Order: sequence, then structure tokens, then C-alpha cells
Amino acid sequence: MSNFFKNSDIEASQAEAIVSETLKNCDDGELYLENHKSESIVLDDNKIKSSTYNSDQGYGFRAVTGEVVAYSHSNDISKESLKKSSDNLKDTLKSKKGTYHHEIPKTNSKYYENINPIENKTFNSKIDLLNNVNNYLRSKGSIVNQVTANFLGEHKSVEIIRSDNQVLKDDRPLVRFNVSVVLEKDGKKETGVYGVGGRQTYDDYLKDGSWKNICDEAFRIANVNLDSRPAPAGEMKVVLGPGWPAILIHEAIGHGLEGDFNRKKTSAFHNLMGQQVASEGVTIVDDGTLHQRRGSLTIDDEGTPTENTVLIENGILKNYMQDRLNARLMGTKSTGSGRRESYKHVVLPRMRNTMMLSGKYSQDEMISSVDKGIFAVSFGGGQVDITSGKFVFNCTEAYEITNGKIGSPIKGATLIGDGPSILKEVSLVGNDMKLDPGIGTCGKAGQGVPVGVAQPSILINKMTVGGTKL
Amino acid sequence: MIKEQDFLKDIASYCIENSKKLGATEVGVKVIHSVSENVSFRNKKLDESNRSDSFAINLTTYIDKKKSSINSSDLSKSNLEKLIERCIDATKITPIDENNSLPDKDLMSKKIEDLKLYDETHYSNDKKIEFLEQVEDAASLDDKIVNTESGFTENKNNFVLANSNGFQNGYKTSNFSSSCVAVSRINGTMERDYEFGSKRFLNQMLNPDEIGKIAATKAINKLGPKKIDSEKIGIIFDKRISKGILSTLASAVSASAISRGTSFLKDKIDNEIFPSSINIIDDPKIQKGLGSQNFDSEGVENNSLKLVESGILKNYLIDTYYGKKLNLKSNGRSGGTTNLYFENGNLSFKELLNLEKKFLYITETIGHGGNIITGDYSVGASGFMVENGELTYPVSEITIAGNFKEMFKNLILANDLEMKYSTNAPTLLINEMTVAGK
Repeated sequence: MSNFFKNSDIEASQAEAIVSETLKNCDDGELYLENHKSESIVLDDNKIKSSTYNSDQGYGFRAVTGEVVAYSHSNDISKESLKKSSDNLKDTLKSKKGTYHHEIPKTNSKYYENINPIENKTFNSKIDLLNNVNNYLRSKGSIVNQVTANFLGEHKSVEIIRSDNQVLKDDRPLVRFNVSVVLEKDGKKETGVYGVGGRQTYDDYLKDGSWKNICDEAFRIANVNLDSRPAPAGEMKVVLGPGWPAILIHEAIGHGLEGDFNRKKTSAFHNLMGQQVASEGVTIVDDGTLHQRRGSLTIDDEGTPTENTVLIENGILKNYMQDRLNARLMGTKSTGSGRRESYKHVVLPRMRNTMMLSGKYSQDEMISSVDKGIFAVSFGGGQVDITSGKFVFNCTEAYEITNGKIGSPIKGATLIGDGPSILKEVSLVGNDMKLDPGIGTCGKAGQGVPVGVAQPSILINKMTVGGTKL
Repeated sequence: MIKEQDFLKDIASYCIENSKKLGATEVGVKVIHSVSENVSFRNKKLDESNRSDSFAINLTTYIDKKKSSINSSDLSKSNLEKLIERCIDATKITPIDENNSLPDKDLMSKKIEDLKLYDETHYSNDKKIEFLEQVEDAASLDDKIVNTESGFTENKNNFVLANSNGFQNGYKTSNFSSSCVAVSRINGTMERDYEFGSKRFLNQMLNPDEIGKIAATKAINKLGPKKIDSEKIGIIFDKRISKGILSTLASAVSASAISRGTSFLKDKIDNEIFPSSINIIDDPKIQKGLGSQNFDSEGVENNSLKLVESGILKNYLIDTYYGKKLNLKSNGRSGGTTNLYFENGNLSFKELLNLEKKFLYITETIGHGGNIITGDYSVGASGFMVENGELTYPVSEITIAGNFKEMFKNLILANDLEMKYSTNAPTLLINEMTVAGK
């Protein structure tokens, strides 16, 4: 737990007084303090390419009246700096006649331990493991052209001081371990990438040789791609594998159900509440309460405890994801989805762990029902245009399906679809829901936050595959 | 107020001295102060005001050929002391890499030229609000526009870069930028488009009416898009996205990708990779340029560089570390390109549109579908159908795909280059790409 005022010329009680005075007649706001430590150690091209340690601390002071947000942030936690920020906020919000909404529900739940993963494993043992990864992969033969592996670890302490002297605190560990391998055969090069992570120590993911599984998986993907043929182009049936392919859900549906876009009526979903937006049998939730998952939070960045929010139930749109500002303006309550990348950023409603729940079909049933289509097992990343609803994602491992049988692997291709209609094209939902390995970062308005996704295998009736083969 | 050079130099010197005391043989440090003020509007009303005041320090210490780094935002000496100690401890136990070192002394930048990168004018929040009121008024004229969001950001930066070989230099830069995003609606479907401008000097800014009008017109023109059939077709890239071709080239000719063997342009130096009419230049010394710099992120002097001359790949983008790996001297491209651009082609925009009876004109791509290792390219796209030289109807929910090696060879440039970003390209045509639609 960080003590933000220990080396400062201002005491906690004085800071609380400034907060209360600044937020008088405001609808909302808080002083958000953050201490963030992170490390990155990278092995590349047979060498430790870089080892970096970051230490960042600062505050973001927010005042809200009506729809207007005034924000000021600095890394200088001092009396002078806070006063200056306070003046700045008061100057922006000239006429205030708001009522401060005091109640922030309390929680005793905790979804991760207060550990610092950086200090939890010695620097030497991290270097050793990176070298082991390099040696292990290169021992697989001369087709291994390049190996990159890295540790990313962080510990974030946050403290939220509200106008009524209510103080909320959270300590958040986060790690990620990635391996990328480039294979070369007959002049052709392909990449395979795999990673793991979440809110635990590194060793929880790497112990007992489980790091070898990560290497094997990266190698397997690259190896499959060495035999890949040009991908087909045009509309066809698509079977998505379980787990990480749920970034389809994240892009196609998730962003469009964030409160801000719906309050502003710029989301393609803004007038669809209570309506059928997906096939029957499709249920999608956004859950911040899964233990140790990458997208989980004990409290969000406004202090609200997170929850398991049902977004779509049996095809019907039930809820949006809300932060306090958008919830207030839309006459509902926060779903504990108010997040920010750091003290330098304003709060936005964001996803946590977005999951489509299991149905009753097997993956085999789906594949055998397809005459011509593709089977997509893994993806790189995706993107969405909230307003038109069009979204894309890039396959990194996919196969052709012909007459109900999986055929040759195909080259990386972009898939494009329309958010509000894609879930109506889901004809079968699998019984094999899986969480992703803990590697997702979501970008919105220039802010990156860790998220998770999950889904079972699904069959989509019609989607456009962006290959080169007509 | 932005801190002066002396303040930043003090901290840089403190870090170098302390690191050396603890055993560093070489030290590099950058100290940055930036102040940013942003005001944003939504539907003609104030939406957000954001002030940011931040410091950053990046320190790298070397002990012989061992290297480690720290970054922090807390410039207090007590914090720095602890972090330097931590950095030195990590350096001691990091394995040796014979290519680790500061740049050669004779490559370092010797003089600072005034590139006109700093405008001290402060545009008050009230002025920004007035500017945005005009942007939003112009954007909301048509009743098909149902939402407008716009913003004005003013940035002021100062930095010092220093190393233990005696290099110590830095300068102020400024940036004024404004954007407008308009959402249009017809028959229950919506489209979004934008206009954006960023300048070093306030008096270079686009007129606010124009920003709003362009955003609104573009959003309205996109309404009612069709999905087209899958086919092979020539694709014209609008200037907003044609620059992406140059960003791909830049990644593929970075010394890191070349030395790691992970570029589709490996072994292509002195080979023709574009048609012989194509020249590509990276010039750090353009006055008021958005990518201009006096030296690169290691302090190495940099000058105008012809990456591609008459279609032939002439240079890589080289920093100290990867330069050593390739046995080449740094050409001052640590941190990447500066002001990168295609020299203009010969055809006017109209002439380009009339080269064939039918083209697809792409104004926006989504997704990250470029693979630098294989050169494969596949992204989501939207734009317009072009028939007999005229834009006939909007198109969306399609993908375009090809391979950069062939795309580069089939490229034809218009002559409408504008220096709007740090990387700039004229409108360009690439024949024979695959569109996936229906």
C-alpha cells in the first residue's frame, strides 16, 4: 500500500479538505492517486535486448457538473500543485449547481492478492528463464530463425479520495509473459506468437516447465503457417474456435455497449435496448469479478466495486456497461466499469472480462455442417467503428473447411462484419467455453487497459473473409 | 509554464554524475517536461477540459557492454538516487552484448539550427472555446448531422538529452491541434467521419469553419454505403491513408528488422522495389515540420536521406545498436523517420481517377493487417466507387488485400502532396488488388 503523502508537504487531511472544497456543488469527482511500478525485460536475437524499470506516480483531479468534465493531472503531489489544479477545475466549471452523489457501495471481496510480481522473482531467474526459452526453441532445429521473449510485470496502487472524505484503495498486480518465434523453410518465413498472464506472480504461469508449453504453442502456430496457402476472398461460413477468438465479441458487441457511446447516441446499439440483437441461445456478460484474471478489478477507477454485468441474455440486449458519469446521465447505476489507463487519463466506461457463455453444440458438429468456409483458431487484434458498427479482426491461425472437413492452413487474413447483425448470424453455440490466456489490451480514446475475453466455439453463417483468392 | 533548459540540464547532470559514481562506464539520459491543455466540445457545448503537466526521465546506464534502463516521472533527487542505484544493480547482472554503447562521438550533433519548432503563444481556454464554437457551428449546419465532437489541444515541450561523452542539448517544441468528428444519420443508419489539423505555430492552424465543414461533408457523403462483389480492381488510396504505405516501408527498412532478418525487404538494398519514377525522402530539417528534429533520440546528427531513389532502395533507417550489428554507421534514425514523404508524381488527382473506367477509392482502413515479415496485407476498408472518373456511391464492409512487394511495384502517384502529418504521401493508385465483399 502506497502512502502518497509521506514525502509530500501536504497531509492526507489537507488534501481531503481541498477535494471537498473544490467539488462543492459538483455532481461528481474525486482525487485519484496512483503509484505505478513496472518492468520489461526483453530477449531478442539471442541477446537480452533491454531491461527497463519504470516508476511513475501522480494524481488526476476530476470535477464533474452535468455533462462537463474538468480534469487536471500532475506528477507533483504537493500543496501548490493540488491548489493549482483545484483553481483550474473551478475556473472551468464556472456555474455549478450539482448535487454530489455520495454513495459508493463498499465491498469486502478481493479478486487478487496484494503482491508485487516484479520483486517476487529475482532478476537473475528472469534472465535465466529467457535464455532457457531461447535455447529450448532454437534446439528445435535450424528452421528457427528468430526468438523473442519478454517479461512484463507491474504493480499499481490506487487511492481515490471523494468529497465526503471517503477513501477507497486497491493494489493491483499484473504480469504477462510472451514468446514469439519466426521459422524459415524453403525461403518462406512465418511467425508464431503465444503468451500468458493475469493478476498473479510470474511463477504461477511459468513454474514446473509450463513455460515450455508456451514455447511449443508459438512454435506450433508458426509451423502451421509455413504451410499456409492464400486465403479465400468473399462471404462464407466461419467457425471460430473457443477462447481468444472472443475478441470478435469484444469488437463487434462490447464497444458498442459501452455507456458513453449510447448516451451520446453514436453507437449502432443505442436504440436497441430490450430488443433481439443476437440469436436465441447467445448470452454475453462482462465480468470484473473473476479471480486473478487480467481484466478483473476489485474496485474500478472511480471506487465502485465491479460486478458480473449481463449484456445480452438469450439474444436480448439487457444492459450497457457504465461508469458513474454516463450512468447518472442515463438514469441508471454504475456497473463498476469506470476505468482509466493511468492518473493522466479521464475515466471512461470500459470492458473487463467479456464472455459469451456455453451452448450445447460440439465443435465437430459445427465443422461437419460447413460445405465451404474457414475455421479460425487464433487472432492477432481487432478494431471497430462504433458508429457504423463495422468491425475487423486478423486471423493468425486459420484453416479452410471443405465439405465438412478441415483442410489446409490459410494465410493471415482480415475478417470484416457488422456488429449489430453478426450475432444474429450465429447459428450454433458450442459447449466448450474457454477463457483467453490473459494477454489482451484494449485501446479506446488513446487509453490502453488490460482486458479478458472468453467464448465457446461458434458457427457464424456469413462473414466476409479478406483473402486474396477469388 | 514550461521549464527552461537549465532546470532540465541540472537533473540530467545529476543523473550522469551519480551513475558514474556508482560504477557506470557510460550513461545516457533524457529529461522532458510537457504541458498540455485540451478543451473538447460535444454538440456545441463544453464537454471536457483537461490540463496535464508532466515530467519524464529516461536513464540508461552501461557497465562496459552491459546495459539497463529506468524511466520515472518523479524528478526528486531522493527518488532519482534510489532509481539510479536500482538501474546500476540491474546493469551489473545483465548479460554482455558487444553492440551496446553510446553513439560514436564524431557522429553527434554539433550545432542547433532554429527549425522554428516552438511558438510561445498561449491560446487561452476561452480562445479555444471560441475556436471550437466555430468548428461546431460549421459542422452542424446540415440536419443529417446528429452528433459532433471536437477538440483543441495545445502542447508545449522542452527536453534535454545528455550523455557521459559530453553531449548535452535540447530545445522547446510546440504543437497546436484541432479535430472534429461528425456523425451523420439517414434511415436509422449512421456514419462517422472527421477532419484533423496539427501545426507547430498557432497562426498556421486551419480555419475552424473549414475543419467543421470538411468533417460534416465527409460524414454525409458516406451515408447509405453498399457492399460490393469480391473482385480484382485498382485501388486509389486517399491521402489520409496513402501515407500508411510509407509507414510500412519505414518498418521494413529499419535496421532492427533488417538485422533480425524479419523484413520482406531484407537483401533488397540497391534493388528496384518501386517503379523507376518513385523517390522517397526523409528530411529532419524542414522548417516548422511536424517530424523535424535537430538530432535523433541518441543525439546523432541527421540530415535529409533518400530512402528510395528512382525506385531503388538506397538506405536503411539506422541507429547505433543495430548499425553495429549490420556493420553500418548510424544515419541518425534512432526513434525512426522524421518528415517522410513521396516526391510528387506526374498525374493530377483527376487524371489518376480517369486512368481506368472503374476504381475503388478508399478513404479509411481498419485493422492491423500488414505483416512486415511476409509482406502480406489484408485490412477492412470503406470508401467510394469511382466510375468514369466520378465518385458514384459509398462502399463499406469490404476488405482489400495484396502483398506489399507487388503493391510497391504497381504504384502510381498523383501530384497532390501536402505536408499535413509527419509522414505524407500524395493520392496513390495500386492496380490489381483483391477486394472481398459479397
